[in-house]
Amino acid sequence: MARPAAGDVLVFATGEKAGKPIGPSDLERGGPQVLAWAMEPTSGVVRNGSRLNQVILLRLDPAALDETTSGRSADGVVGYSAVCTHAQCPVSEWRRDTGVLHCPCHQSEFDPKQGGKVVGGPAQRPLAALPLKVGESPKSGETGEGAPGAVLVVARPFSGRIGAGT
Amino acid sequence: MVKRNTRAPWLGVAAAVLLGAAMPAAAQPQSTGPSAGGVAPPSTPPSQQPGTQAPRAEQAERRFTPVTDQRLRNPEPRNWLMYRRTYDGQGYSPLDQINTNNVQDLVPAWSFSTGVNEGHQAPPIVNDGIMYITTPQAQVIALDAKTGDLLWRYKRQLPEDLTQLHPTNRGVALYGDRLFVATVDCFLVALDAKTGKEIWAEQVEDYQKGHYMTLAPLVAGGKVMVGGSGGEYGVRGYVAGYDPDSGKQAWRTFMIPGPGEPGHETWQKGWETGGGSIWITGHYDPELNLAYWGTGNAAPWMGDARPGDNLYTTSVVALNPNDGKIRGHHQYHHNDSWDWDEVSAPLLIDVQRDGRTIKALVHPGRNGYLWTLERGQEGIRFVSGVPYVNQDVFTGIDPKTGRPSYNEARKPRLDAKVDFCPSLWGGKDWPPAAYSPRTRLLFVPANENLCGALTGIRMDYVPGQLFLTAGIEDIALSVRPGATHIGELQAWDIANNRKVWSHKFEKSQLWGPVMATGGDLVFMGGTNDRYFRAFDAKDGRVLWQVRTNSGVTGVPSSYEVDGTQYIAVQSGWGVDAQRMQDALANADPANYKRDVPQGGVVWVYALRQRTQPQPQRR
Repeated sequence: MARPAAGDVLVFATGEKAGKPIGPSDLERGGPQVLAWAMEPTSGVVRNGSRLNQVILLRLDPAALDETTSGRSADGVVGYSAVCTHAQCPVSEWRRDTGVLHCPCHQSEFDPKQGGKVVGGPAQRPLAALPLKVGESPKSGETGEGAPGAVLVVARPFSGRIGAGT
Repeated sequence: MVKRNTRAPWLGVAAAVLLGAAMPAAAQPQSTGPSAGGVAPPSTPPSQQPGTQAPRAEQAERRFTPVTDQRLRNPEPRNWLMYRRTYDGQGYSPLDQINTNNVQDLVPAWSFSTGVNEGHQAPPIVNDGIMYITTPQAQVIALDAKTGDLLWRYKRQLPEDLTQLHPTNRGVALYGDRLFVATVDCFLVALDAKTGKEIWAEQVEDYQKGHYMTLAPLVAGGKVMVGGSGGEYGVRGYVAGYDPDSGKQAWRTFMIPGPGEPGHETWQKGWETGGGSIWITGHYDPELNLAYWGTGNAAPWMGDARPGDNLYTTSVVALNPNDGKIRGHHQYHHNDSWDWDEVSAPLLIDVQRDGRTIKALVHPGRNGYLWTLERGQEGIRFVSGVPYVNQDVFTGIDPKTGRPSYNEARKPRLDAKVDFCPSLWGGKDWPPAAYSPRTRLLFVPANENLCGALTGIRMDYVPGQLFLTAGIEDIALSVRPGATHIGELQAWDIANNRKVWSHKFEKSQLWGPVMATGGDLVFMGGTNDRYFRAFDAKDGRVLWQVRTNSGVTGVPSSYEVDGTQYIAVQSGWGVDAQRMQDALANADPANYKRDVPQGGVVWVYALRQRTQPQPQRR
């Protein structure tokens, strides 16, 4: 399964809105996190054939992001691979109090404000980042409230290798 | 420098004998004999009697001695042919060249880097001078047990999307001239033990649904038996028997009975996702022809999410290896709510009690109690249960049935946070205890003074995703006030349920599998300071210790080649030893550092005067 590609639209992976495009306004600043897949916009194919394609999205204070991360963000929304670089467990938790993405399997922690770098646990590599931009919805009426038509779009492919280097 | 013989060491004199023997077609295309069937091990030549001593020149070729049922039942003292060396699971080597008088002279004979991080837990399994180890990432390595020369290496190609909650492997099983390994992507693989070539690989379950395997297979009654991990993902646990020749599954017995099966009535709901995973090798009684398997926690973690006793979770189950039928069970504690897997199989020991010899099953439980049961053709009978660490959950034990009663305030439940002792890692987790028939003592690698808490949260089952009804990150590990130590190697006189001695580790937890030897020594690592140690079996004094590359969570073994006794162990810290290290670092950062170095190395020790001589100085 091909990885997320530039121009893909991000859609909800879980919940009632699963499969629907995600707009920046669908995320609250500071969390909670949203799990997403990339969708090829013309065919509508959701790239969910491999869990290595899963993306975790967070909306943060744009002023708190480092330069690299800021350049990958869209309206403060940052995207990362949701697969831990230690043993490939899902990095599914956002800890608002400590500001880290947390892997429940072996307690690896990553800082989404600093390019997903490792700040705790056994992981050796940062989470791969998925650079984002704001684009137009491929179909109207399916976006989040507040900013009609505005959806999160993949700007560039993942910044690095997905998963563990074994 | 002497050039070693580099041709395949297998093509020696023995090859002529082997080639004419009955072998499975896949392994031996030129086979002219009848195909092996029934309980005959693959390719055992009738002329090759077990224990036959080859001339010394042939020994140098390290020819492979086929592993027969007879040898598995009664292994030569020089060999370590299975996970705990013998079917009774005692983890005892009768070798006594290394003993309490000379253990100070133990030095490294050779070492070997595996090239892999994370938990190296497999014992070096040795058959007449050939050593087999496994590592995380489904790697098998064959080494010359005397010299450390690499004979072959097998690395399984693992799927790219595999999650590894427990990156480890606990070793191989040998049978005939084959080697069996259970992999983390849930395949059972048969290799040619002489070459490392894959003969067959059978998918046991689907890794994408949270199934995986980490245990060493058990060969008994002509079957290769394995069990599945995945209790954290809500699997339905099972033991499965495979035909060693063809790789065909002969039977599969679920540890959670389905509708119409005895025990199903102990589930009001949730049996399909009820856990009872199997991730430690079973033991076997050849007289009764019964294999004894320990079963994991019930799933999900909170007991009130699946009311009932939940058979056969947290139990010992007796299976007939011929047909997989359950012939007896004993549940150590019902409706588990503490993640107390009782996967360690009980040790088969003759125990003196009240003037008679009991054919016993002895199990230092993760629930903190030392259990003695009596085994028989008709089932399993409770004998005794006493706490070996501080435990604040049980309020009593029924003297007839052994069924504990609970302090309900210490039983985790949905929508609440509950404290309890010992922690979810229990009084002893998976590292196996050992028994010495010489000292008649049971050696238990315990963790004392640790408590924990679980916060129950409601959760829906999604295949392949963690299904705990609690956050792993909410394991609030704590050290009991006033505690002087955590890790504690305990020696128990099981005739009297009396602790005879203990060695305490002030600043480390203990994740050390134990080995006892005929030299009245007890070998164990397991501490976060990277030491591997030898204790006097009689009084617990530390007689020898060596600092290794990493923490030692490997199962030690001992063997003899060309008249020299060796002690072997893998050093390679990881998995739950490191999880507990992280939890201790959170609770007590002054005394516990997160960083215990990782990376696997096989260490082999012998007496100084018996290791290879050093080069002469010119």
